[in-house]
Amino acid sequence: MVNLPKQQGLYDPRQERDACGVGFVAHIKGKKSHDMVSQGLQILENLTHRGATGADPLAGDGAGILLQIPDAFFRAECAAQDLVLPEAGRYGVGMIFMPKEPAARAACEQIVTEKVNAEGQSVLGWRYVPVDSTILGESVKLVEPIVLQVFIGCGENCADTEAFERKLFVIRKTAEHAISNLPDELGRGFYVPSLSARTIVYKGMLLADQVGKYYPDLQNPTVVSALALVHQRFSTNTFPTWNLAHPFRMIAHNGEINTVRGNVNWMAARHAAMSSNLLGEDLEKLWPLIVSGQSDSACFDNALELLVAGGYSLPHAMMLLIPEAWAGNPLMDEERRAFYEYHAALMEPWDGPAAVAFTDGRMIGATLDRNGLRPARYLITDDDVVLLASEMGVLNIPQHKVVKKWRLQPGRMFLIDMEAGRIIDDDELKSQLATAKPYRQWIEESRFFLGDMPAAISENRLNASLLDTQQAFGYSQEDIKFVIAPMVNAGEEPTGSMGTDAALAVLSNKNRSFYDYFQQLFAQVTNPPIDPIREEIVMSLTSFIGPKPNLLGIDETVPMLRLEVHQPVLSNDDIAKLRNIDQLTQGRYRSQVLDITYPVSEGAEACASYVQALCAAADKAVADGYNVLILSDRAMSSERVAIPALVACSRVHQHLVQKGLRTSTGLVVETGSAREVHHFALLAGYGAEAVCPWLAYETIASLNLPAGVDAYEAKKRFIKAIDKGLMKVMSKMGISTYQSYCGAQIFEAIGLDASFVAEYFAGTATQIEGIGLNEVAEEAQRMHKDAFGNNPILTGALEAGGEYAYRVRGEEHMWTPDSIAKLQMATRTNNASTYKEYAKLINEQSTKLKTLRGLFEIKPAGEAVPLIEVESAKEIVKRFVTGAMSLGSISTEAHTTLAIAMNRIGGKSNTGEGGEDASRFAIFKGGEMLSDIIGKSRIETDRELLAGDSLRSRIKQVASGRFGVTAEYLASADQIQIKMAQGAKPGEGGQLPGHKVSEYIAKLRFSVPGVGLISPPPHHDIYSIEDLAQLIHDLKNSNPSASISVKLVSEVGVGTVAAGVSKAKADHIVVSGFDGGTGASPLSSIKHAGTPWELGLAEAQQTLVLNQLRGRVALQVDGQLKTGRDVLIGALLGADEFGFATAPLVVEGCIMMRKCHLNTCPVGVATQDPELRRKFTGQPEHVVNYFFFVAEELRELMAQMGIRRFVDLVGRSDLLDVKHSIAHWKSQGIDFSKVFYQPNVAASVARRHAETQDHELDKALDNTLIAGAEKAINNQEPVVIESPIRNVNRTVGTMLSHEVAKRYGHAGLADDTIQVNFTGTAGQSFGAFLSHGISFELRGEGNDYVGKGLCGGRIAIMPPRDTKLVASENIIVGNTVMYGATAGECYFNGVAGERFAVRNSGAIAVVEGLGDHGCEYMTGGMVVVLGQTGRNFAAGMSGGVAYVLDETRDFEKRCNLTMVAIEPVIAEVESQDEMEELPVSHGRVHFNHLNMADEQALRAQIEKHLKYTGSERARTILENWADYLPKFTKVMPTDYRRALKEQAAEQLKQGGAA
Amino acid sequence: MGKPTGFMEYNRLSEASLPVAERLVNYNEFVLHLTDDQAKTQAARCMDCGVPFCTSGCPINNIIPDWNDLVYRGNWEAALAVLHSTNNFPEFTGRLCPAPCEAACTLNINNDAVGIKSIEHAIIDKGWEMGWVVPQVAAQKTGKKVAVVGSGPAGMACAQQLARAGHDVTLFEKNSRIGGLMRYGIPDFKMEKSHIDRRVAQMEAEGVTFKTSVFIGTECEAGVNNMATETISPETLLADFAAVVLTGGAETPRDLPVPGRELSGIYNAMQFLPQQNRVNAGDELPEQLRATGKHVVVIGGGDTGSDCVGTSNRHGALSVTQIEVMPRAPDQENKPLTWPNWPMKLRTSSSHEEGCNRDWAIATKEFIGSDGKVEKLRAVRVEWKDGKMTEVAGSEFELKADLVFLAMGFVSPVKKVLEAFGIENDLRGNAKADTDNYLTSRDRVFAAGDIRRGQSLIVWAIREGRQCARSVDEFLMGSSALPR
Repeated sequence: MVNLPKQQGLYDPRQERDACGVGFVAHIKGKKSHDMVSQGLQILENLTHRGATGADPLAGDGAGILLQIPDAFFRAECAAQDLVLPEAGRYGVGMIFMPKEPAARAACEQIVTEKVNAEGQSVLGWRYVPVDSTILGESVKLVEPIVLQVFIGCGENCADTEAFERKLFVIRKTAEHAISNLPDELGRGFYVPSLSARTIVYKGMLLADQVGKYYPDLQNPTVVSALALVHQRFSTNTFPTWNLAHPFRMIAHNGEINTVRGNVNWMAARHAAMSSNLLGEDLEKLWPLIVSGQSDSACFDNALELLVAGGYSLPHAMMLLIPEAWAGNPLMDEERRAFYEYHAALMEPWDGPAAVAFTDGRMIGATLDRNGLRPARYLITDDDVVLLASEMGVLNIPQHKVVKKWRLQPGRMFLIDMEAGRIIDDDELKSQLATAKPYRQWIEESRFFLGDMPAAISENRLNASLLDTQQAFGYSQEDIKFVIAPMVNAGEEPTGSMGTDAALAVLSNKNRSFYDYFQQLFAQVTNPPIDPIREEIVMSLTSFIGPKPNLLGIDETVPMLRLEVHQPVLSNDDIAKLRNIDQLTQGRYRSQVLDITYPVSEGAEACASYVQALCAAADKAVADGYNVLILSDRAMSSERVAIPALVACSRVHQHLVQKGLRTSTGLVVETGSAREVHHFALLAGYGAEAVCPWLAYETIASLNLPAGVDAYEAKKRFIKAIDKGLMKVMSKMGISTYQSYCGAQIFEAIGLDASFVAEYFAGTATQIEGIGLNEVAEEAQRMHKDAFGNNPILTGALEAGGEYAYRVRGEEHMWTPDSIAKLQMATRTNNASTYKEYAKLINEQSTKLKTLRGLFEIKPAGEAVPLIEVESAKEIVKRFVTGAMSLGSISTEAHTTLAIAMNRIGGKSNTGEGGEDASRFAIFKGGEMLSDIIGKSRIETDRELLAGDSLRSRIKQVASGRFGVTAEYLASADQIQIKMAQGAKPGEGGQLPGHKVSEYIAKLRFSVPGVGLISPPPHHDIYSIEDLAQLIHDLKNSNPSASISVKLVSEVGVGTVAAGVSKAKADHIVVSGFDGGTGASPLSSIKHAGTPWELGLAEAQQTLVLNQLRGRVALQVDGQLKTGRDVLIGALLGADEFGFATAPLVVEGCIMMRKCHLNTCPVGVATQDPELRRKFTGQPEHVVNYFFFVAEELRELMAQMGIRRFVDLVGRSDLLDVKHSIAHWKSQGIDFSKVFYQPNVAASVARRHAETQDHELDKALDNTLIAGAEKAINNQEPVVIESPIRNVNRTVGTMLSHEVAKRYGHAGLADDTIQVNFTGTAGQSFGAFLSHGISFELRGEGNDYVGKGLCGGRIAIMPPRDTKLVASENIIVGNTVMYGATAGECYFNGVAGERFAVRNSGAIAVVEGLGDHGCEYMTGGMVVVLGQTGRNFAAGMSGGVAYVLDETRDFEKRCNLTMVAIEPVIAEVESQDEMEELPVSHGRVHFNHLNMADEQALRAQIEKHLKYTGSERARTILENWADYLPKFTKVMPTDYRRALKEQAAEQLKQGGAA
Repeated sequence: MGKPTGFMEYNRLSEASLPVAERLVNYNEFVLHLTDDQAKTQAARCMDCGVPFCTSGCPINNIIPDWNDLVYRGNWEAALAVLHSTNNFPEFTGRLCPAPCEAACTLNINNDAVGIKSIEHAIIDKGWEMGWVVPQVAAQKTGKKVAVVGSGPAGMACAQQLARAGHDVTLFEKNSRIGGLMRYGIPDFKMEKSHIDRRVAQMEAEGVTFKTSVFIGTECEAGVNNMATETISPETLLADFAAVVLTGGAETPRDLPVPGRELSGIYNAMQFLPQQNRVNAGDELPEQLRATGKHVVVIGGGDTGSDCVGTSNRHGALSVTQIEVMPRAPDQENKPLTWPNWPMKLRTSSSHEEGCNRDWAIATKEFIGSDGKVEKLRAVRVEWKDGKMTEVAGSEFELKADLVFLAMGFVSPVKKVLEAFGIENDLRGNAKADTDNYLTSRDRVFAAGDIRRGQSLIVWAIREGRQCARSVDEFLMGSSALPR
């Protein structure tokens, strides 16, 4: 039914993603009009920028509109065919896409008719829907369906429309199932956009403005509706797929359901246990409820349909699917909490960034995910029209008619009941539902907390010595030293650095834990990761053990029992209770332990039959009434080997799901194998509701514990560390609850046989095949044999390990003492033969396999050519760049050395995240000392520059922290790189600890020395692909001559993401391997997240070529690239450019200490310690030597292959083969055919970078502004410009700022040199990166991202003059306002959305209220809130101050007090000169006097607010200052206060000395 | 890494020595191992590198970061276990090894290396003191008989490993005591021989049979110490044993064939040094070679030369002069170009500290004497360029010499032993065998240590002995659990 290409090579249609713009317009009283339809279409047109087009500019990603059935229209149309329709409500209309082939169409029509009749309804007739195909793009035309409408008469068996709708649902499902069973040539192309007696959907593979033109029906004035729900899609592919356009039958969705895999699995699992009084026997006909191969939104729609058909009201069903974050919310009332708590056991949340608009034709509403990650704004007019959309300005509504402007808040719902004719707000709606049934009482009656139960007796005896037992489960010394001990010491997962260069599990000669074959997936671009620390309010680890209630048992009054744990890592006591649960619950729960060990003597081959027996035992146990199954390997002994717990867990889970028994029982794993976060995550992901790591506890008890820590405390810390780690793993995929994570299979396998995966881990991606169950069991057997054999090395000690640090007897590494020494020697002495020895060590892996590419063989393309004819090294090195390493992660000396070297060879260095000193941008004449430029006090190892040298990094990185990202910084770039993910820790943020924040780093990052800096996991302006498109647009505006790059990390599906990024108009894409270096990252992230670049690069190349998007982008690869052979393989797999980071650092002196995170780098590379930086010896010459060696090695290989030009290498994966000579027991099964695959597309389709993107900057409003400001830009003369503005005018002011920054740097122009007065609704990113000297005044409103990256300019926004609204009670700007601002001022006469002033490091703002997560991660500046804030205010705020007017005295509950203190604003009279120093002007805030200037500072800002916006609120406050001042609360970060005090003391001391 | 910042806080600490005057009056060891606290502090300097170069710099791959950490934490017994897991005889290497690990230490890049050897020394001395070093008797005997010929460090290590794998091992030694050059060549003041005796006792308990004063072969070469009272032919040996391992060292000394070489008073170092050790051990020698009251010239600037210097000074020589044909090495190496490799640099031994004239780039032209006794030598200064030596015109001079010791290294193993076994030699005259399996050209005959690789360090001998033992075990049993 779906027109996506088939799975081929590494491309898998299951990875496709989409996102979009959504909106609706509705009449509260249900008044129908054609106007409503036209307005819907209008909204679509104005949302065009949220969609995308593919290779074919006329091919959109899909758009559509949902309406109420226009009865009069259909009646007339049918009458024309002599068809008389029954009264409205007694007939349904099906909108159907039919195959073009007449025979196929006939077959489909026949089936539909059959199914209608089978359900006792009747087909009244058909109508060919007129369409205008001429407007379609060529690629779309090819797959254009015939659009038919079927009219179905209501049968006798339906008492009311409700029942009729249920029947129509059944008809649709049964018809779909029957047609999907037809041969492809008959069934392909059939799809039912809608089938209902109330609503109809017109949609297609259309551009937003084509919907109304394609369907002439929509132009007909008799087509009337009281609502119009519209949607514009942005998909990650260019394959025309008509059915994936929204709206679906009940929803339109903007965002992504991160948990969809688990949700779909659990829906399937519920199949057998589900029953419904309403649906009765019809329920069974609905299965399979969720058809595979659909989008997440379509799956969600299916689930919603079921719930509604099963009797839930629409809002009730939505609350069940997308609950708000209730668990840790102190502001929520008891009843509502009970409601959510009760429903939590019914269903795991469908979690993710989601703004879902929903309707059943009678009600229309919208809800937002718990974290508020999608924008949804609405307004209400005085004539009862409601408009809701992703942004404001999509309809031109006279301002004087507007009575309310607000936004959807996180977890909140907004509902219009058109039958009742009113809006029901979130509070009313939810309290109604919450009090409908005695949920609180039900919970109290039915809930057991495992932790609250009395202790049970348990005997935990080992069957062998601790050492042997540890060895049998594959423990190494490192597991204790690097993993368990640090967790016990610190209560958190240990940190490491410098990536991983050890052998992949499937290539390893060592016996590896089975968990090592899996890699964690993570969110990038299409959905955001979460910050589980700063946004803990949305996280929950609660798990329910045991059977799940009947989802559709809505009328049941006896609640099912629920056994809860607060977190899923069970202690020995917990598991003992579970074993004895029948006594503890008087038989209401019954547990059975299933042994997962088998006799070692039977060998690996026996494993499969034991797993089979295990499944049978599970069946029997469930049949016998056991409702908690414990899979246990405690019986492991010298005689019995354990089946890998993950194999057992996943197989039993999937078996029970298939049998429909899974929701009848709980599944708990008790295993000796689990010891690190990754292990627990895997067991959870494959179905375990809880895990007891018994051997980890035994191990902990045997450790030398730190003073004051007993075994109990140590185990508690271990559990805490695992819990924190689990939250991190979940959140990197954007999943916030354990319940949704459980069974969600957010992993991919590397090196597992596909048929093995299909049987044991169905649905998990495995791209290169590999070992099967026999080898897995064999590996376990070998470990067992080592444990109980007589290997002298293992008689007294564990295996060395050697994963985290090189060990002679440990795992193989690429970086060894030998390879490091040879590389350093070669580059220091410019000795080519030593380099060759080095390259040989890396490249030749015939006996010690380490990387996938080590298994590759390179085939010649033809006769060898003379070396001299091959493209010169001088040209080739221009394709080389160094990695994004911030000044902060590495020293100034190391950072500048790389920049000098790359500028000398014409390659590019990268700033990394953290800004760059403008003094580095010049080109020097030679003879200057580094310290002359950077500053004497900031350089420990000085260097003389040569003529023509430059310290400028040509690549400027923009990461989530936005440190030092200013207009000037961006203007200095040749390339701007958006870091979506980092190989060493994809999906995670970072932290620069305070002790690394030197005076210089603080200056560059606009922060305070000694105060730690946090990089959030997501970019708070990228929650989905259309947001990324917006940021790309912003950055392109900030520097039109720079190319915009997006850095991704290799994982399954990265190809799809890359295609989306190419459509989002990136000029350049980086695919990083998982193994890349890092200054600090949790160990499990370094090892277990992401995949080798060979896979990601190949997938990206294949998908881009398949989509005809490859030519528009340059593709760069990085991740442990070390030699010319690595470059060659990268090129053959599709890379145009190459990034190197670790190798150049080694050339600079890095010796892979892996201690970067401790600031103790002894060679001055990765440290800020002046003492150690003095020891830095790296030279640019050495780095230059290195890159030329690499290029020369590459040239020699090219000569041998017979290839002269580099471009002829790119994408030639046909020149790769597998080395057949290597005999290795585990790698035998590996199959690279998918990696080497080349899509079969026309020869004209580009396979390398060959075209340019059209960023459409010529359409920007800024062109007019720049023209108008010419005098200001060139002569610094003041200008005033008046301009209207609309929502389609995005990123206004940024190109203008670029012109200013280019000439005048960060200082910009004098205050108010360019004054622009706008009227209207601004599009996204209004005033982004606004430079000093530019002042924007906007009468109207702003959307999301106002003042993004503000760097000196001033923005004032106030309501239009003709408004009736009270400004302080209405929204004026959207979400994520002033994200990453560094300087400047903002005045907003109204309320702002979520995430206001996130990562602000120096700007000043006054606003009259704001949403959740305000001032998050703020490091400087000042925010004044003259109204209420949302929850989680000041989370992660390490600097700056905020003043909040707390009239209701409940601010404390809304503030995250982890890093800040709140205190009253003290009134104090100051002398005049001290006031001079107040932070009342632009730039950074210097609170020299701490509290002393508070009152003046605050008052001055409010006065300015009044001055710039005319705010009534400000006026009232100022007029009653004495009343209001005590109501203000000051929010002050504790670390910031300390640092400022220290600074003040320092200044005083210096002042005294002078 | 007990302390991440230890290397920034503490300095390298050398082991203390007794004053020269005190140590010159006897042949006892004079180096004092670190105290527990000192060792702990020194261990704190270890950075526990992600890539520990020391481990690779060490021929037996001592897991140095691990035992440093254990010492820092005061877990000496565990430290000893880790140390013993790679090294059979840390008390030998802890005293005598030049410590290439320290050259490779990453702290040595721009600082002073961690005192690895001193920590090793402290660990093993504590191990003996606490009684932690005990026999490790094989759980099961294989019934296979293996002969190991030559009881230097290679033979001892090989025999010990094989015995622990359960084989019946006989270790043959042509001299009357076990230990090879360690026993006879290393002066007691550098290592007292009780250390070897303790190991012999441990090995006996582990089942090794020691046969001393037994020469394996047909005849021994002149100039090589041989106290054998019994000779066994290779054929007999191979008939009795399932495998034979040759670990006979490289004892043939390099000679200096210049005019006057035949004069008396000119000796190889190995004619001189063993005598003192034997005297110390209680042997009665009728005519011990003594330097008392003589002007001594030592030719050769290496460790053996140093030992001659130290012994001569203890004898009470009137003067000791050591000359070397190679130029004087730089005082400080160019670390960026040498690290982590063993650098050429001037090394001053404890014997030098005790009094000695040293001179470099000197070639001996002739020994001059009267009555058949050497009285002086005539030498010339030389210059080196591109590996070639030229004499400096007019630089000839004479040096008074009552006693001359030739300490210019060893050229090869005892040829006649190799001939007796009929095994192939490599180009340098060593037994030909690779390090994959240590098997010579003759079936069932293995070779390890200096006899295979030429003259080298004790630590290399231990490595080869261990690795060879694994090969022999594999050969005998089909597979081996012994570490390489």
